[in-house]
Amino acid sequence: MGWLHNRFEENLAITSVNWALNWARSSSIWPMTFGLACCAIEMMAAGASRFDLDRFGAGAFRATPRQSDLMVVAGTVTFKMASRIRRLYNQMPDPKYVLAMGACTIGGGPYFKYGYHVVKGVDLIVPVDVYIPGCPPRPEALLEGLMRLQDKMKRETIAKKPATDSHD
Amino acid sequence: MTAQEVADILKQRFPVAVADAAVEGPHPCVAVTPEAWHEVAVFLRDDPRLAMNMLRCISGVDRHPEPQIDVVYELIAMRAPGGAARQEPRPPASAELWQNGGTIAIRVRLPRDNPRVRSVADVWPAADWLERETFDLLGVTFDGHPDPRRILCPDDWIGHPLRKDYEFPKEYQGIPAAAAPESDSSRVTK
Repeated sequence: MGWLHNRFEENLAITSVNWALNWARSSSIWPMTFGLACCAIEMMAAGASRFDLDRFGAGAFRATPRQSDLMVVAGTVTFKMASRIRRLYNQMPDPKYVLAMGACTIGGGPYFKYGYHVVKGVDLIVPVDVYIPGCPPRPEALLEGLMRLQDKMKRETIAKKPATDSHD
Repeated sequence: MTAQEVADILKQRFPVAVADAAVEGPHPCVAVTPEAWHEVAVFLRDDPRLAMNMLRCISGVDRHPEPQIDVVYELIAMRAPGGAARQEPRPPASAELWQNGGTIAIRVRLPRDNPRVRSVADVWPAADWLERETFDLLGVTFDGHPDPRRILCPDDWIGHPLRKDYEFPKEYQGIPAAAAPESDSSRVTK
């Protein structure tokens, strides 16, 4: 998480700052211009005028990971691509989010059994926030996944997390 | 030019190297011994009757469990309008289309335990990447290739995936690859 997180005690002011920060963050998600296969075509359709990702503030596709805070992994992740995806993810500034779009990205999809070259789920490489099933998912499904991600972002807090007993 | 005529010219010129021809059916094919293949390739390209000036595809065929791998070269003679194989200056684009002056497939049979054949990348430049692909996926070694690296798989990949007895990797660079339930425990979480 970002430099603000986990630094303040929970109180009334923090709650309001939380609301403002989360509103700003979830309303201006900047995805990375990054597609791997056919799902990327649906992602482009979602970004274009008919479905218009910009209605949700997520239309500013950045051409560099350093300006993005959302990586939509759209397409088949091969082993050759895995290290590149990991590197792109590491180059993104915190807070950062990952949408796994499509069957291949979630778990290998049609390449699960006989695809010697396909990673069986991008969550073996980077942490995933929202999974969008489909082959490929329709642009509406991507919009739905984006809204679920916004829900997740709106629940974030910059307050210190309560200490938890760790057993591992 | 029909496939039968191509096969006849080849058999006449190379009575030993060109063993058998299967010119019937939709995929006329001539078998050539691996030792003579480069010489036959130069002849196919440079003989004015054949002028096979374009290599369309190289396929590898794993004959497992037979101890044999085939490499199949798909050739076509592209004729400029007027019938010549090469024509300078080039006709304008609005002129009549280039013609198909005959097609043939060449099948080179190689032993499966050590498939090795001379590269034809110096005859048809298109063979460069096609031979790299055949090496990458089937493990056929092309002697004299200008850049004999893998082309699709990563450089540190083990094995040749389209061989019939290929064993899938258990992991690659620490990423579990087996489609097995135990890989669920290695999912990355925040």
